[in-house]
Amino acid sequence: MNDAAAAITVQGVSQAFGPEGDPRRVVALESATLSVTRGELLCLIGPSGCGKTTLLNVIGGLMTPSTGDVVIEGERVRGPLPKKVAYVFQESALFPWRTVIDNVKLGMAFQGVPRSERDQRAHEALAAVGLDDFAQHYPAQLSGGMKQRAQLARALGLKTDILLMDEPFAALDEQTRMVLGEDLSELLARTGKTIVFVTHSLVEAVFLADRVAVFTARPGRIKTTIAVEEGHPRSRSFMTSDKLARLRNQLYELLHDEIRKTMGETRP
Amino acid sequence: MSGERLAYRLVQVGFIALILLAWYLATRNGLVNPILLPSLTSSWHEFVLLIESGSYWPDLEVTMYELAVAFSIAATFGCVIGYIVSRTRFSVRVFDPLFAGMYSVPAILLFPLYVLFFGLGPGSKIAIGATIAFFPVVLNTIAGFDYVDRAYIVSARSMGASAPQMFWSVMLPAAFPVVITGLRMGFILAFLSILGSETIASLAGLGHRIVSYAESMDPAKMFAYIFLAIIMAFVLNAVVSLAEARVKRGPG
Repeated sequence: MNDAAAAITVQGVSQAFGPEGDPRRVVALESATLSVTRGELLCLIGPSGCGKTTLLNVIGGLMTPSTGDVVIEGERVRGPLPKKVAYVFQESALFPWRTVIDNVKLGMAFQGVPRSERDQRAHEALAAVGLDDFAQHYPAQLSGGMKQRAQLARALGLKTDILLMDEPFAALDEQTRMVLGEDLSELLARTGKTIVFVTHSLVEAVFLADRVAVFTARPGRIKTTIAVEEGHPRSRSFMTSDKLARLRNQLYELLHDEIRKTMGETRP
Repeated sequence: MSGERLAYRLVQVGFIALILLAWYLATRNGLVNPILLPSLTSSWHEFVLLIESGSYWPDLEVTMYELAVAFSIAATFGCVIGYIVSRTRFSVRVFDPLFAGMYSVPAILLFPLYVLFFGLGPGSKIAIGATIAFFPVVLNTIAGFDYVDRAYIVSARSMGASAPQMFWSVMLPAAFPVVITGLRMGFILAFLSILGSETIASLAGLGHRIVSYAESMDPAKMFAYIFLAIIMAFVLNAVVSLAEARVKRGPG
């Protein structure tokens, strides 16, 4: 597991909420083991409550697992590693009292970037997501898609090798989501970042990922991993390809029973 | 839209004009005993004299001094205690209902006690104003800091924010709009309770003057001071509302 190419290794991570023996104790995640190669985009997909966001938070050091270890670039995770890992969250986690560019700069201030570098780096990050014209806007003045671009810019400004994305496009309409997916794929091809991306959209997972890790219903286990084997950047033609459709169907087959299980139904 | 706004204003002005007209008509031909209700014209005349002579100044100064000190005390203690309480779930659960319960008790009942403690001078007015204004400030400070969106805290933590950065750049600006509303409510309540307590037992101040003219059967002069108190309330309310709108609009 400790090969040089691995950016992230997750070894036997379990996460339970509530004290042992309590009937309300919930095992969200059970002995997850996986590794993410440098420059790879790994999607985590599964029914709701399967522990995919939990795993992401454990990788990011926002949560301490009940058992198991996460190692990022040779360093054991014991808390947030802002120099190595940046986050993009689902809901807008931008600070509404600051302009877009000040949000990007504040992230750098938290991370410890010298003041003199912040302005230029912030403009570069905003340009990378096509938002430089909106630098002086407040988050409330942006559309949902632009807010998520701004969050991405804030993460890019931190210049980390690793990006953790927790359903970043979930609240957006499908068209905006597809366009942002294309942009993200292009960004990945350009910057070579390692990305772990949580989603519940089958198409999004296949379109973006190099590999897709499929989770079982609670207690969440990694059921299997599917490789997509398609170079980045990915374009519209991949979106409409037979290959994507085939992989999407394969994913649906894998997930179907698990989704039924979370809904508490059993059918032949 | 602006035509509609104009209509609101016209009705509002008309409403006040109607009250003044009723007052004017009721007192014109001695329909009402002038000791009970002086004529509008004589009250206005006294008001003009009062403003021209500047003799209101010592009393206004006393009331404004009491308000400034009372509000400063309430704002300082309310914000500091509110922030400390907001730090843990336990203390929020203990103190938030406790302060809310105490807020609903009419604190003016403490005034006789405060007069015994602090005397008839400004001390007892400052004490009652500070006591009454403390509660909205502390309750809003607790609410403001307690309800900061967890998404802000988690994202700041993921980017490596230190404890002071978390306070100054995340918690304080996120809580600010709610805290500032508490401060505005506290300010208005302090003003009202100081004026009220001056009418009960005092040596000087606007409230004191109003009561002393009522007791010396000089209602026209009493109304002159009431006009002044209304104007002060109007001006202070406008100033703090403007200040609130200004800090809420600007970036934190």
